[in-house]
Amino acid sequence: MTEVATTRSLIVERVFPYPPEKLWRALTESPLLAQWMMNNDFEPVVGHKFQFRADPMPNWNGIVDCEVLVVEPLKQLSYNWGVGGAESGLQWVVEFTLTPADGGTHVRMEQSGFGADQQAAYQGANYGWQRFFANLERVLGEPA
Amino acid sequence: MVMVLAVTPASANPVFRALADPTRRAIFEELTRQGEQTVHALTEYAGVSQPAVSKHLTVLKRAKLVRHRRAGRETHYRAEPHALAPMVNWLNLYGAFWRNRFDKLEDLLKRMDS
Repeated sequence: MTEVATTRSLIVERVFPYPPEKLWRALTESPLLAQWMMNNDFEPVVGHKFQFRADPMPNWNGIVDCEVLVVEPLKQLSYNWGVGGAESGLQWVVEFTLTPADGGTHVRMEQSGFGADQQAAYQGANYGWQRFFANLERVLGEPA
Repeated sequence: MVMVLAVTPASANPVFRALADPTRRAIFEELTRQGEQTVHALTEYAGVSQPAVSKHLTVLKRAKLVRHRRAGRETHYRAEPHALAPMVNWLNLYGAFWRNRFDKLEDLLKRMDS
């Protein structure tokens, strides 16, 4: 069942010993973002389409296609995360939530999946995946 | 090296696609809960038309997430949970990817002035 524990790690949380203002800069200023994520043309503007770019490699052109969904300064940032092009690829939503914590800022990253045709219903799809992952433990616990 | 994790493994793709639809997730979950079910029973459970359920089952079948057998006029479906393995592997890889990114973020914060 170690599998399931790591499945849930699609939510990654950590407290950083810095104020939210500093975390927000690292998440939203393109040159800073490049230093811990990938090269990008990100702008903290809802609807802005941007790309993360890594070196191309076999089976991957090195590009992640994104669109900014939520910008709530110092609190929440989310964008689509598309790998492999619109036709055959997969679409995800990546969501960062910042909360002031004792001695720093609690950062919660959640990546959830949904079909490219379901963008409008993304909140609902998001919830559905959460429940699905929670139930994976039971599903995988049963003999195949 | 960690960039490899952004590659979509071909084996995980059909599984994700099949489960991207909430109704298909619900049908698959119901099969894992209840064991083998007829199309008829699944239609009642899902609350959509039987042709719609059959269509969903075809997608799940293509991803090898369900198996079927015919008995008389009824078709029975059962879940194949081990078909989830590519998805679980993929999720594990992405979990590692994000933990690595958080490490790099921590390094960056140390270097920043304010």
